[in-house]
Amino acid sequence: MTRNPRTLKIALAVGAPLLALVAAFLITSLVLILAGDDVGGVWGQILSLPTDRGYINILNAATVYYLSAIAVAIGFRMNLFNIGVDGQYRIAAFTAAVVAGEGWLPGYFNTALAMLAAVLVGAAWAGIAGLLRVTRGVSEVISTIMLNAIATALVAYLLRKAAVKDTGSNITATKEVPEGSRIGGIKLFGDVPATVYGLIFLAVAVGFLYWFVINKTTFGFDLRATGSSETAAVASGINVKRMIVISMLLSGGVAGLVGMPLLFGNDYAYGSTFQSGLGFAGIAIALLGRNHPVGIALGALLFAFLDEQSNPLQILLEISPDIVKITQGTIVLTVVIAYEVVRRYGVRLEQRRVASALDDEPATEGVKA
Amino acid sequence: MRGTVNTTSTSEDVVVRLRDIGKTFPGVVANHDVNIDIKRGTVHAIVGENGAGKSTLMKILYGVQKPDSGTIEVNGTQVALSSPADAIGAGIGMVFQHFMLADNLSVLENVVLGAEKLHGIGDAARTKIIEISDAYGLDIEPDRLVEDLGVGARQRVEILKVLYRGASIIILDEPTAVLVPQEVDELFGNLRELKSEGLAVIFISHKLDEVLSVADEVTVIRRGATVDTVPASSVSSKQLAEMMVGSELPDPSTETSTVTDKVILEIRDLTLPAPGGGRDLLQDVDLVIHSGEILGIAGVEGNGQSELVEAVMGMRPCNVGSVSLGGQDLVGRSTRERREAGMGYIPEDRHRHGLLLDAPLWENRILGHQTREPNVNGPLIDRSGARKDTQRIVDQYDVRTPGIDTLARALSGGNQQKLIVGREMADDPILLIASHPTRGVDVGAQAAIWNHIKRARREGLAVLLISADLDELIGLSDTIRVILRGRLGETFDPATVTPAMLGSAMTGADA
Repeated sequence: MTRNPRTLKIALAVGAPLLALVAAFLITSLVLILAGDDVGGVWGQILSLPTDRGYINILNAATVYYLSAIAVAIGFRMNLFNIGVDGQYRIAAFTAAVVAGEGWLPGYFNTALAMLAAVLVGAAWAGIAGLLRVTRGVSEVISTIMLNAIATALVAYLLRKAAVKDTGSNITATKEVPEGSRIGGIKLFGDVPATVYGLIFLAVAVGFLYWFVINKTTFGFDLRATGSSETAAVASGINVKRMIVISMLLSGGVAGLVGMPLLFGNDYAYGSTFQSGLGFAGIAIALLGRNHPVGIALGALLFAFLDEQSNPLQILLEISPDIVKITQGTIVLTVVIAYEVVRRYGVRLEQRRVASALDDEPATEGVKA
Repeated sequence: MRGTVNTTSTSEDVVVRLRDIGKTFPGVVANHDVNIDIKRGTVHAIVGENGAGKSTLMKILYGVQKPDSGTIEVNGTQVALSSPADAIGAGIGMVFQHFMLADNLSVLENVVLGAEKLHGIGDAARTKIIEISDAYGLDIEPDRLVEDLGVGARQRVEILKVLYRGASIIILDEPTAVLVPQEVDELFGNLRELKSEGLAVIFISHKLDEVLSVADEVTVIRRGATVDTVPASSVSSKQLAEMMVGSELPDPSTETSTVTDKVILEIRDLTLPAPGGGRDLLQDVDLVIHSGEILGIAGVEGNGQSELVEAVMGMRPCNVGSVSLGGQDLVGRSTRERREAGMGYIPEDRHRHGLLLDAPLWENRILGHQTREPNVNGPLIDRSGARKDTQRIVDQYDVRTPGIDTLARALSGGNQQKLIVGREMADDPILLIASHPTRGVDVGAQAAIWNHIKRARREGLAVLLISADLDELIGLSDTIRVILRGRLGETFDPATVTPAMLGSAMTGADA
C-alpha cells in the first residue's frame, strides 16, 4: 500500500467510466457484427474528427444535455429519481415561448421574464411530485412519469390554442420571440455560419452553482446527508420532508432552463418540432458523470459527440444512426456496473488501509485513563 | 499469539476438533491459528470481544464460510463443510441470535419447514416434536402459533428445530442477548438437560458471568486467535475478561453522586398514540432529570424506549404532554432546534442514525451540528474549522483511524462509536440522550465511553441512559426507572437494586 490513496482514488474514478466505454463499444460492435454491418466503417466514422460545423453542433447539444443532467443530478444527490425532467422542461419551454412571444417587456427584460417563468413552471411541475411524496407517500418515480404524460398532453392541447397560423406550413408553433430578445451565438470559425449558443454560459454558471451549493453550503450538506442516509439525516435534525420538496423544486427549476438555449438561440418559438427526449438523456448523463459537475460536462460532450458523429451513417453506410442509441444505452448500463465494482473495491482498499495503518499499534485497546 | 490446546482429553470424547483454522477477508484477518476441542456432553463456551472473530468461526463451523486453512474433524472424521446442509449432515446445528421463525405458522409448521422428508408434516412429525420436547424439557406445544409465544419459548423452538434435524452439536450464538434474567435461567436449565443427554453445546457469549454459570469449558478468542481453553471451574470472570482484552476489566460504576437540584429535562404526561391504533406506544410518561444526574431506563426491548427517545429528540411528533429542557418548553420544536438548545444524542443504531457511512470522518463531525460553529460560517460549511475539530475529537476520544479523511464505514464499531460520543459531547450539551452507548463495542472503547460520560456528568451534564446491559445501567445511573408497555413504572436505587429485581420489574412479573 505504498501508493498515495488520493492518486489511487482519482485513478479509480477515471478508470471506471473508461472501462465502461470500452465495454459499451464492444457490445455495440457485437450488435453490428450480428446484423452483418460494417463494424470498421461505423467506428471509422464515429471516431473520426468532427467537422468545424460538427464541433459547434456538439457544443450546442452538450449545453442542453448538461442542463438536463444537472437537473437530474440534484435529485440524485437526494436519492430522488426525478424522471420528470422531460415533462418539466417541455412545459417550461412552452410557457417561456408564450411569454417571450408576447413581448410584454423590451429586449432582454423580455428574455429574463420568460426564463423566470420557465424556472417557476418547471419547479412547480416538479413540486407537484415533491408534495405528493411528502404528503401522500407517492413515489416520485411514479408521479414524475405520470406528470410527463400529462405535460405532453397539456402542451399539445395548449399549443393549438397558442399557435399562430402560418399559411403554407403545417408546423404549429407559438409566436416567434422578438429579435431583440434573442440571444446571439458565438462564432467559432470565420468561414462557418453556425454559432455556439450564447446560453452555453448559462450552463456553465448553473454547473458552478450546483457544485458550490452542494459542496460548500450547509444546505448542500443537508441535501447530501439526506441522500446518503435518510434516517441519519432525521436524527441530525434535518427536516427531510422539507428537503424533498425543496430539492424537487430546484431540480424542476433547472429543468425549466433546459429548453432555453434552444428557444432563444435556435428555434425562437415552441412548436411541434421542439427537441424532445432531453430529460431522459439527462438521466443517462447524470449517471455517467456521477453527479459531478465536471463529470456531467464530459458525459454531455460524449453523448453530443456520438449523436453528431453518427448522423452521416445513414448516408455513408446505409446504417441507421440509431446504432449510437444502443451505444449510449449500454454505456449507462456498463457505467453503473463499473462504478459499483469500483466503489466496492474502493471500500475494500480503504478498510485494508485502515487495518494496516492500525496494525502497528498494540494488540489490545488499552483503557485510557 | 499462538493458541494452546489442552491435549489431555481422550480423542473419543472429542466431537469437534478445530485445528489451525484461518480465514481472511479483504483487509481483515478474521481468524488465524484457531484450535479448539469440543467434548461430548459438555457446554463449551467461546468468549471474546466484539470483532474478535467468534461469529466468523461459528460461520465456518456451520458451513456458511469456508476456512482458508486448517481442518475440521467431527467425531474423528475430517469433514469439508461448504454449506449449512453439510453441517446439518455432520450433526451440527445452529441457533441464531435473530430468530428465523415464521410468526403466522404453528410451531409444528416451523419445525418441519425445510425438513419435510424426515418425519413428514403430520402426526409423525408432531409425535417426534413432543418426544424431543419431553426428552429435553423444552416444554413446547406443537400446535401453538409462533406469534403467541414469548421470546424464551421462541428460542426453545429454534433449539427444537435443530434437534429435530438430528443435530448432536448445537451452536448457540449470543442466546441470552434477547432474554431477561429469568428466561436466561430457564435456558440454562435446558442446556444442562441437553448435555446430560450426551450432546455438545457450543455457547457464544460475551457475558462472562453467564458463561461461568453454564459452561464446562471456556475458550477465549482474541484478535482472531484462540488464547486458551480453560475449565470454567478454575477461572473467575475477571480473569476471563483479562484474557479477552489483555488488560483490566472496565467498571461502569460512578463515584459519588453529583446530582444537583437544577432540573434539566422535565417530561409531563407524555403520551404517544400508536399510529395504527391499539395500545399507546407511550402512556403518561413523567420524568425529571437534574443537572449531574444519569437517569437509566431499564426495559425489555420494544417497550417504548425508542419511542421515548425519539419523542424527546423531536423525531416523532407528539402533541400530548409536555417536554421541557432547562425550563424551556420544547413542544412544537424541531429536532434541529432541540439539538441547538443543548441536546446531544447517541443513537441506538449508529449505522442508521448516527453516521454517514460513505462520508469521511470530518463530514460526520458536521452531522447533527450543521448550524453551529466550528462547522459552519453563515450558510457555508467551514471546512477547516470542522476538520480541525474532528482532529481534536480523534485525539481526545482516541478514535483509531489513519486520518480524518477516512470513510466512517472503514472504522471498527468501537471507533465509530467513540467518534459519535465525541461529536455529541462537542458543543457542551446540557442533556445527553444515550441509547445503548456501548452496544457492540469492544471493552476498551466501552471503558473510554463510560469515562467520558462520567466526566461530563461531573461537569453537570444530565443523561438519559437507555441500555439493555443491566450492569451498565446499574453502574452508571443515579436513578433507574423501569419501562414496561410504554409506561414508566418503579424507580430503583442503583445502589441497592440487583439485576434479578430489575428483570422481574421489566417483565412485569412482580406486578
